[in-house]
Amino acid sequence: MKDHPAPHDPAPHDIDGNPVTPGLPMAMLAEITHRCPLACPYCSNPVELTRAQAELPAEDWARIFREAAELGVLQVHVSGGEPGARRDLAQIVASARNAGLYVNLITSGIGITRARLDELDRAGVDHVQLSLQGIRPDMADRISGHPGSWDKKMGFADWVTEIGFPLTINAVVHRQNMDRLPDMVDLAERLGARRIEVATVQFHGWADLNRAALMPTREQAAFARRIVNDARIRLRGRMVIDYVPADHHAIYPKACMGGWGSTGLNVGPDGSVLPCHAAPSIPGMRFENVRDRSLSDIWHLSDAFNAFRGTAWMAEPCRSCERKTVDFGGCRCQAMALAGDARATDPVCSKSPLHAQVVARAEEDAAADTADFIYRRMKKGG
Amino acid sequence: MDPLIAPGDIPYLPRGVRLTDDHVRGIRVLQAPERAMQLDPIGDAILSELDGARSMAEIARDLAARYKAPEDQIADDVRDFLTGLIERRMVFVKETP
Repeated sequence: MKDHPAPHDPAPHDIDGNPVTPGLPMAMLAEITHRCPLACPYCSNPVELTRAQAELPAEDWARIFREAAELGVLQVHVSGGEPGARRDLAQIVASARNAGLYVNLITSGIGITRARLDELDRAGVDHVQLSLQGIRPDMADRISGHPGSWDKKMGFADWVTEIGFPLTINAVVHRQNMDRLPDMVDLAERLGARRIEVATVQFHGWADLNRAALMPTREQAAFARRIVNDARIRLRGRMVIDYVPADHHAIYPKACMGGWGSTGLNVGPDGSVLPCHAAPSIPGMRFENVRDRSLSDIWHLSDAFNAFRGTAWMAEPCRSCERKTVDFGGCRCQAMALAGDARATDPVCSKSPLHAQVVARAEEDAAADTADFIYRRMKKGG
Repeated sequence: MDPLIAPGDIPYLPRGVRLTDDHVRGIRVLQAPERAMQLDPIGDAILSELDGARSMAEIARDLAARYKAPEDQIADDVRDFLTGLIERRMVFVKETP
């Protein structure tokens, strides 16, 4: 208890003081580092990146994984940045398995040699998720900002299947690569992936800085939907296709995190615990740190986790909406970014009074005549 | 929906898919890539039979005998349950050697 004294919460309550009942988390995202050889312009890490010297040591991660398992977490997603940027990745993975967690490794495949992948196999990685920025070197290397990334990634994918890990391809799609989605699905199939996750860029943080270069057109969003639907039928029983659609073109918002503070939590490189990776974009939220307080206390008692639990905090049109327990009013961070109020209905929802404005802005961005990126980089000096 | 498995096929849990106890919630779960699925006692009973050696028909026969249930009905239930998991790539199938 150094810098962050624990508040004395009498009982869990939401942002408006209504009582809430925390459930149990299923999954934890462990962003063990923000360091990454790639510079993708839609990176989900915060714009203010954590430096190497502020990263938690492996022993702390071992404790967090034990606390997470006791709290009810079943799966951990070991991610970054690029988790391979940490020399002690295998030790971190082994401690997660020892805690009884199912370990998903979320990687770009860059910077992990065959020998290290064998080491990660022995450490107990259950499943590998490999990111895909595009198809072929020209596109993939430009989007990732890393010359040679495509060739390294394809080599890595071969090692994954040689060792026998289950493989998921995570294809992040946007205006500059969405037309090649059929090729991405074919590639995943050729690599022997059990799953492909087709995730349209979510416009937070870095991606928001690059809206004009990344926003897909309405036609592209419809095209992607059609490709996904066709592929699901064609590949039934051979490959699973998970799809995160372009929500700026949707009727209803996505059920962000399956509901705030309901099933998942993120732990950042420095030990800060977040309800979702974009949560720091909401001003006034205070996030606690596993260096100061147990994961269980943070999950059950912290103001940040309780802020938007349940449905009592909602305003209209959410309050009287029959979908309020389906999509939970959408994304709080998007409500903050687009409506200037984290309690508002996610403006991508067609019932939001701001919907028309949001769609107009998305169409304007989609029509922008730029392909130039602001790449994700750490600021100089560290 | 077409079944994705024939009676003579051998269903098995591939690498990366495991049956585990959830001690916190007191339930049985099937853990798979980025998925954890709660199992009811029937699902648990079926998946616990998957040994990579017996065919689906043999498993259904054994379960019918153990639970003193009609074999046809058990065979249909097992086929439908496994087809759902094969669609999700949580159960794999090989042909009888």
